[in-house]
Amino acid sequence: MATGEALLQLPFTVNKGEVAIMLEFVQQLVNGLSLGAIYALIALGYTMVYGIIMLINFAHGDIMMVGAFVGFYSITLLGTNIVMAMIFAMIACAVLGVVIEKVAYRPLRGSTRIAALITAIGMSLFLEYMTIFLLGPQQKVFPHSAFPLKEYNAMGLLITNKDIFIIVSAVVLMIILQYIIKMTKTGKAMRAVSVDREAAVLMGISVDKTISITFAIGSALAAAAGVMVGVYYNTINPLMGIIPGLKAFVAAVLGGIGIVPGAMVGGFVMGILETFVSGYGSSLYRDAVAFGVLILILLIKPTGLFGKDTGEKV
Amino acid sequence: MLQVKEIDVYYGAIHALKKLSLEVEQGKIVTLIGANGAGKTTTLKTISGLLRPVSGTITYKGVDLTKVLPEKIVALGISQVPEGRRVFAPMTVMENLEMGAYLRKDKKEVQQDMELVFERFPRLKERRRQLAGTLSGGEQQMLAIGRALMARPELMLMDEPSMGLAPLLVREIFQIIKDINSRGTTILLVEQNAHMALSIAHKAYVVETGAIVLEGSPEQLMKSEEVKKAYLGG
Repeated sequence: MATGEALLQLPFTVNKGEVAIMLEFVQQLVNGLSLGAIYALIALGYTMVYGIIMLINFAHGDIMMVGAFVGFYSITLLGTNIVMAMIFAMIACAVLGVVIEKVAYRPLRGSTRIAALITAIGMSLFLEYMTIFLLGPQQKVFPHSAFPLKEYNAMGLLITNKDIFIIVSAVVLMIILQYIIKMTKTGKAMRAVSVDREAAVLMGISVDKTISITFAIGSALAAAAGVMVGVYYNTINPLMGIIPGLKAFVAAVLGGIGIVPGAMVGGFVMGILETFVSGYGSSLYRDAVAFGVLILILLIKPTGLFGKDTGEKV
Repeated sequence: MLQVKEIDVYYGAIHALKKLSLEVEQGKIVTLIGANGAGKTTTLKTISGLLRPVSGTITYKGVDLTKVLPEKIVALGISQVPEGRRVFAPMTVMENLEMGAYLRKDKKEVQQDMELVFERFPRLKERRRQLAGTLSGGEQQMLAIGRALMARPELMLMDEPSMGLAPLLVREIFQIIKDINSRGTTILLVEQNAHMALSIAHKAYVVETGAIVLEGSPEQLMKSEEVKKAYLGG
């Protein structure tokens, strides 16, 4: 259940005035930003992996789930704070992502895309049910002690420290990502490989290493999102990656799959849309609307908001 | 410097190169001419490791290139200007040049080399922050050449650098190739424009359906009736 709904009980009496309507609107926007930041972080991994090996990594949402569990155990067993939990989760999932690519996807690199896609779905199910096998199917409550809830009332707007934590850490991670992609040699190599793998090899760039790095970064971002989901919804479970994973996939397609800024914008749009649908319509419709967006974008502009209509690259 | 000996290369079921042999001597411009589909690009791709021969050897300074990973071949001093330029379109001119120097650790000298490329190609300097995809064909070719130079190659493989360019530009590009060679870089040049290629080469090979059918000095080949008929439009 979305916390967005709980937050709907606004701390002021709605007097049907314009101010209240405006406030409610801004409040929904704030709620949507947190959720959107989470979707954006997951969408980034989808889009980066697609950009470099043209594979929709359907196990990506489940990597997020593993990140949430690593964060959970880091807090409950090791007693770390939330930031350290996030860092541990990111490291663990970076390794996991690299291993998954090496074991499951690399051997299929020369084969058809559908073979790789089916393998990705298999990997997704493997992660979900392996986690159930190892840790049980029950949901776990993300410890409140790790993140005591504080609420701030700013000019009638209710903002929690959760929102601030999620938005700030997501923005910091996105800035770091942009720095890596734009400014570092590794990031430039990633872009070069995604544009033209053969030409990149001729520069002396190791394609295998670059793809590994891409999986590591994408999975680390998913792990951070996983910990955020734990904070945001309070509970985690082995199947928690499915729906956010799919919605982040929609976000990546909405922004233009393979386009990094597109994934960020797409994530925020999806998060805000979802809270608005829940807030003004009914939360029953929010998933339908999310996937309705996918259908619409595929019908109207399959290359996404940021995509150029160049057709398939050959 | 480079010996290609009796290589056989397949594209799936197609026998693309049939016992093809050629030799590139240090300091020279060697050209490989032939019609479309004769196997010129395949030869270059096999040397740079993108394709592997099923038999035969490729020896560069005593190293068997067929056993070296393609991304390591650059480190041995071989860089390539690929067919169709293949610049990284959504990256800037400077970023493309940086990619050419990807394996180099000497940051300062890389910077100096970039200045040298800009000296050679002032058009690129003007456009150094522009995306490579926005450049004209000629400028992209210059960028592809500049990018290959950034690796400080001893041997440069050039695949149809004149393709799709206006005659004036073609002349300019060939002048540049000659100049690069005069500064010590050995060049293996693949061309359909046989006339231009023969005018600057020291040695030439004619390839037809995957095999060398003629070789010799450019003067000899220019006189050959076969070459005249098939490639020089005479």
